[in-house]
Amino acid sequence: MTALVPRRGLAQILALVVILAVDRMVSPQFFDLRLQDGRLFGSIIDVLNRGTPVALLSLGMVLVIATRGIDLSVGAVMAICGAIAASLADSHGLPVVLAAALGAGLVCGLWNGFLVAVLGMQPIVATLILMVAGRGIAQLITEGRIVTFSSPDLVWLGNGAILGVPVPIAIALGMLILTGAMVRGSALGLLIEATGGNARASELAGVGTRAMILAVYVWCGVCAALAGVIAAADIMGADANNAGLWLELDAILAVVIGGTSLFGGRFSLVLAVLGALIIQTMNTGILLSGYPPEFNLLVKAMVVLAVLLLQSPKLSGFAGIMARLRRTKP
Amino acid sequence: MENSLGPAPSLLEVRGISKSFGAVRALQEVDFTLRAGEIHALLGENGAGKSTLIKVITGVFPRDAGVVRLGDEEVATRSAKAALQAGIATVYQEVNLLPNLSVAQNLFLDRQPMRFGIVREGEMRRRAKALLTEFGLDIDVAAPLGSYSVAIQHVTAIARAVDLSARVLILDEPTASLDRHEVEILFGIMRQLARRGIGIVFVSHFLDQVYEISDRITVLRNGRLVGERETASLPRLELIRMMLGRELAETTGARAAANDHPPREICASFENYGKTGYVAPFNLELRHGEVVGLAGLLGSGRTETARLVFGAERADGGQAKVDGASLRLQSPRDGVRHGFGYCPEERKTDGVVAELTVRENIVLALQAKRGLHRPLSRREQDELARRYVKMLDIRPPDAERPVGLLSGGNQQKVLLARWLATAPRLLVLDEPTRGIDVGAHAEIIRLIRELCDDGLALLVISSELDEIVTYSDRVVVLRDRAHVEELSGEAIDVTNILAAIAADGAAMQEARA
Repeated sequence: MTALVPRRGLAQILALVVILAVDRMVSPQFFDLRLQDGRLFGSIIDVLNRGTPVALLSLGMVLVIATRGIDLSVGAVMAICGAIAASLADSHGLPVVLAAALGAGLVCGLWNGFLVAVLGMQPIVATLILMVAGRGIAQLITEGRIVTFSSPDLVWLGNGAILGVPVPIAIALGMLILTGAMVRGSALGLLIEATGGNARASELAGVGTRAMILAVYVWCGVCAALAGVIAAADIMGADANNAGLWLELDAILAVVIGGTSLFGGRFSLVLAVLGALIIQTMNTGILLSGYPPEFNLLVKAMVVLAVLLLQSPKLSGFAGIMARLRRTKP
Repeated sequence: MENSLGPAPSLLEVRGISKSFGAVRALQEVDFTLRAGEIHALLGENGAGKSTLIKVITGVFPRDAGVVRLGDEEVATRSAKAALQAGIATVYQEVNLLPNLSVAQNLFLDRQPMRFGIVREGEMRRRAKALLTEFGLDIDVAAPLGSYSVAIQHVTAIARAVDLSARVLILDEPTASLDRHEVEILFGIMRQLARRGIGIVFVSHFLDQVYEISDRITVLRNGRLVGERETASLPRLELIRMMLGRELAETTGARAAANDHPPREICASFENYGKTGYVAPFNLELRHGEVVGLAGLLGSGRTETARLVFGAERADGGQAKVDGASLRLQSPRDGVRHGFGYCPEERKTDGVVAELTVRENIVLALQAKRGLHRPLSRREQDELARRYVKMLDIRPPDAERPVGLLSGGNQQKVLLARWLATAPRLLVLDEPTRGIDVGAHAEIIRLIRELCDDGLALLVISSELDEIVTYSDRVVVLRDRAHVEELSGEAIDVTNILAAIAADGAAMQEARA
């Protein structure tokens, strides 16, 4: 029985391999890499680079979802923080710009966390507030214009390279390692999973469930801020209307593809990032294939369905064990 | 209330009903007889099987064995709808109607008067009005049901049930959220319906109300039928004994001499500790190496006391002390920090995290106590899990199995392990043996004794009086959300506990009459 149940992550890896293979078919140069001006180029690098914002968002989102919450405001937080970074870029140094943008993300996260953990609002409603208001705030910051900048430091953040690796990719990788160290290196991971699995029981076991919930929304805000800064650096400007638009949905999708249940509990950071890569690999593949981009959404939906179906034997295996237990009891 | 026509024919006959959930036998060969025109109280503590019996009769649960006969016909109640059509209607404590629809729409839901496929609103309201008038209710039937009091919602639910040509009406804790005046109204309606020949099953844990309204009483205990009696000839003490105790001869004297120890050190004490509307202020001393039992009927304030002592509920008066120093006890976190542990009654909702493994569930409280920055390494976790799986004989002995897949008894052991891992000074156990099969039951009781011998202070709640008598060094008896009696040493036996629980119930009844 257990042999039939796929190991955790197998479905996602399988999906990624299949999509990569399809990409290779539609675009024979898909895996080609070349070094130019000290930076790697190629479709695969492109996938990683473009996938960075959603990967960063999914790092925060997966923790929020593990507590049985959801954060709809991450796209709007990206817009706010991108706008702040763009507005300050030409007048201040990079440390100040980053501190301001990430600080804003942190405050946004605190706000969401306060509504959910302290006031006990439903996460979907609580974060909807900032999702709507956030874009307004971003527009106020940019005064309704598209703010452009030329600060080489900030531009480097979006387009530079470290040892040939584009900076956004390096940042996303760094954040994955940092988040992983934070969550699995301390007891945070266990306590978050316990809170999401059964908040009442965890509270009675002495877990500070409110603090856990507050913490994950704050981290989600910080991740969104970083994604916003990178998105702004990439286009050398901040567009309050379009930065991060609908990306909250991609982030949630990435988490779900990564096998974390919307009902909270068990989560996996690596698989959530893998989910983000699956989404981006698909997007890039469709663009390369020359199909009209309208197909993008349909194909995306199909692949998501396929990944979820691949995961479902796990569920039916679980259900099977339960049913068997029930039958064998006297 | 007496039946003027002599013994009425039996209306609903239930014979030999059995029902198991996994290893737990919720009902074992239970018989139940309801006569036409009588009000029949169905009593028993939590887990006695009242709700299961009702759900089997109404077809919500399929039965494993037994017969249900309504009148002369056997009812094959396969679904709630079939039972309703046969004439068995149920009104649950939480009214199962739709608060956002009007009273009239609720009354005629699923059977609205129609013409050409359109609901005849006027007709429906007129009929709703007429129906409720029968029940002495004159309200605006077009207003949403939710805008009325719980009492009126109850009456609406009953009116709907009766109007669906019910011959048997089952009321599950109908008075739980009603005030005295509303209870009177409800009782008036119940008597009126009984006079019309409807058989009413009344489930309640308010004994005063049972004595006021019912003709006969059936008592269940641990899924078995204890007995069926005429209310008028059943003394209150006898009733409580039926609900809580086994045969007296079996339990008195079962207690080992406990007072041969020197006085023990005080572990925690509570002075005038209480919360308004929750539990009246109480004094409680818990000593190392001592088991204090909390006895009382359902709703007497047992669980409430436990939650206050642990810190799951905030007291609004009094003082708590540990080792002589007063302490802050505002949250479970405070309790855990002071070395308290609490195994709640509702294991599934308040105890285990079903999705996490046995290991993770065991280390949870210890990890919460240590804080984020001192994580238990995987090796330490494995070691803890291995030790307690072995010590408590948790089965199957697989620490990586999700706890949700374990039986109730083993889940209870995992919870015990969770607290033992924190090396507590005080452990509060709320119904630690409920819903557990017989073997595990005895093991848990043995564990309680052993833990106590190791110097732990224990506060244990149980509805099983003989169980309490077996392991307690002192017994606190609760009634009506107050501590009313403390028994110790030789005085601990089932008779004395029953007497304390029943004590002035009769006097109160007299005072009210």
